[in-house]
Amino acid sequence: MASDTLSASARADAEISGLDALEIAGREKGPSRVRRLWSATWPKLAALALAVAIWQAVVWSGWKEPWALPGPAVVFGDLGEYLLSSALWEGLATTARRAAVGFAAAVAVGLLLGLVVARVKVLRAALGSMITALQTMPSIAWFPLAILLFQLSEQAIFFVVVLGAAPSVANGVIHGVDYVPPLLVRAGRNLGARGLNLYRYVIAPAALPAIVAGLKQGWAFAWRSLMAGELLVVIATRTSIGAQLTYARELSEAPRLMAIMIVILVVGLLVDTAFGAADKAIRRRWGVLDQAGN
Amino acid sequence: MTSTTTTPRSATGSVALRGVTKVYGQGDQAVLALDGLSLDIAPGEFVCMVGASGCGKSTLLNLVAGLDRASGGTIELGEGVNPGLMFQEPALFPWLTVEGNVEVPLKLRGLPRDQRKERVAELLRTVHLSEFGRKRPHQLSGGMRQRVALARTLALETPVLLMDEPFGALDAMTRDILHDELERIWTERKLTVLFVTHNVREAARLADRIVLLSSRPGRIIYSTEVAVPRPRRIDSPEVSAIAAEVTDRLRKEVGRHGQ
Repeated sequence: MASDTLSASARADAEISGLDALEIAGREKGPSRVRRLWSATWPKLAALALAVAIWQAVVWSGWKEPWALPGPAVVFGDLGEYLLSSALWEGLATTARRAAVGFAAAVAVGLLLGLVVARVKVLRAALGSMITALQTMPSIAWFPLAILLFQLSEQAIFFVVVLGAAPSVANGVIHGVDYVPPLLVRAGRNLGARGLNLYRYVIAPAALPAIVAGLKQGWAFAWRSLMAGELLVVIATRTSIGAQLTYARELSEAPRLMAIMIVILVVGLLVDTAFGAADKAIRRRWGVLDQAGN
Repeated sequence: MTSTTTTPRSATGSVALRGVTKVYGQGDQAVLALDGLSLDIAPGEFVCMVGASGCGKSTLLNLVAGLDRASGGTIELGEGVNPGLMFQEPALFPWLTVEGNVEVPLKLRGLPRDQRKERVAELLRTVHLSEFGRKRPHQLSGGMRQRVALARTLALETPVLLMDEPFGALDAMTRDILHDELERIWTERKLTVLFVTHNVREAARLADRIVLLSSRPGRIIYSTEVAVPRPRRIDSPEVSAIAAEVTDRLRKEVGRHGQ
């Protein structure tokens, strides 16, 4: 009798693991890492090559004088020089510091604002649509007011960066909290998460993808606002990427001007890619990544 | 109207419902979901609650779990008992691994890390998922996810388990095996189970007692002991006979709404 029960339970174990093995078979197959990387990269490289080719074609067509529109070879040559100069790195240091401080302030304001608006019904009615309205305001339109309030100073720049980026961050938080699946909240409450613990263990992690999307969008706004600010609010004693761009225009140094633009584009792209990677990592963990891997 | 109270008089693992009423909405819009429902569940008893749509089964589980308030009547549980609740969906946290999910209630109870690790390992052994602790929910099959959810609920170490059609979304083969699993765990841990289902055979396979709920409003209209010895098979003649009997009653109840 005893051995009977034993074999019955052993059979049950075998059935269970057999079923598990059958059901999850083939779930984890996918193309190799190198292959995935290559299939994601080559279209981008091809697009880049095409853009440079079109640029070169326009230069060859003689549409503009070479001193106004230099060709890729000249610009990339100047970019190489620029990358080796201390001017770039000094300017980049100032700009990066402003971007970091401004974006951090915007994130702090946005997270706080988003959380409060998501939680308090009255504030949502009062501020919800206003946050979205703020988002549609072109950030450059804030500068005259910013300069009146703070003169030509870094504060003026930070003011506009925060106004530009914080609404996106706040909207990300609001959206994230709104769309936490109610079932997960019920499960969390049943497992003993109440009050602040419910936020810590369920709502915050469940809202994370939307929050990261908000951060990504906020970064794009912050970077644009910062560049607009550095072009308008030129502080003579402190060089920055934006200030150098203004000088290059004033001195009609077209190759340098375009080299600086490429730097701005690349920096914005790099940070955006970092947010994109974070977003992708989250979605992969969650198992909501689509087959194409985008 | 009296509010729901949890009184410490009952024995651990027992559930006593007295005249539990639930009304949704107000005035003309008010809907009576549960109408004076009374039910006593003894410690260690496995009760299956069967009913057609709109009988307030899920409402009742929410009330017993303390996720919602009754409009009237009392719900008595043992002292300090917080029932564990399982849903038709596993409701796992997708941002955590299998281990991480099972660990949540232990963290919330403030257990130190080494004890948590030990308990998680033991619970995963209980549901035969030891090898899958590092996986994420989306990498598992539906039946496996539901077993993770079971392990996570067991981590509450509560004597009372409330189950809201937990196997309703699974295929028959997986469901059969999970019935065996649940029966084993219920016996080992001496749990009290209130199991809601619309699958009458499932009820006859699992229950010590089946109660039948009427629809709109929910009321207990029939109750029967299942005296079939365990372990049972869902396709045995005894289980089938009981299922047929309950199905007849259920059909009569559904027919009442068509007239």
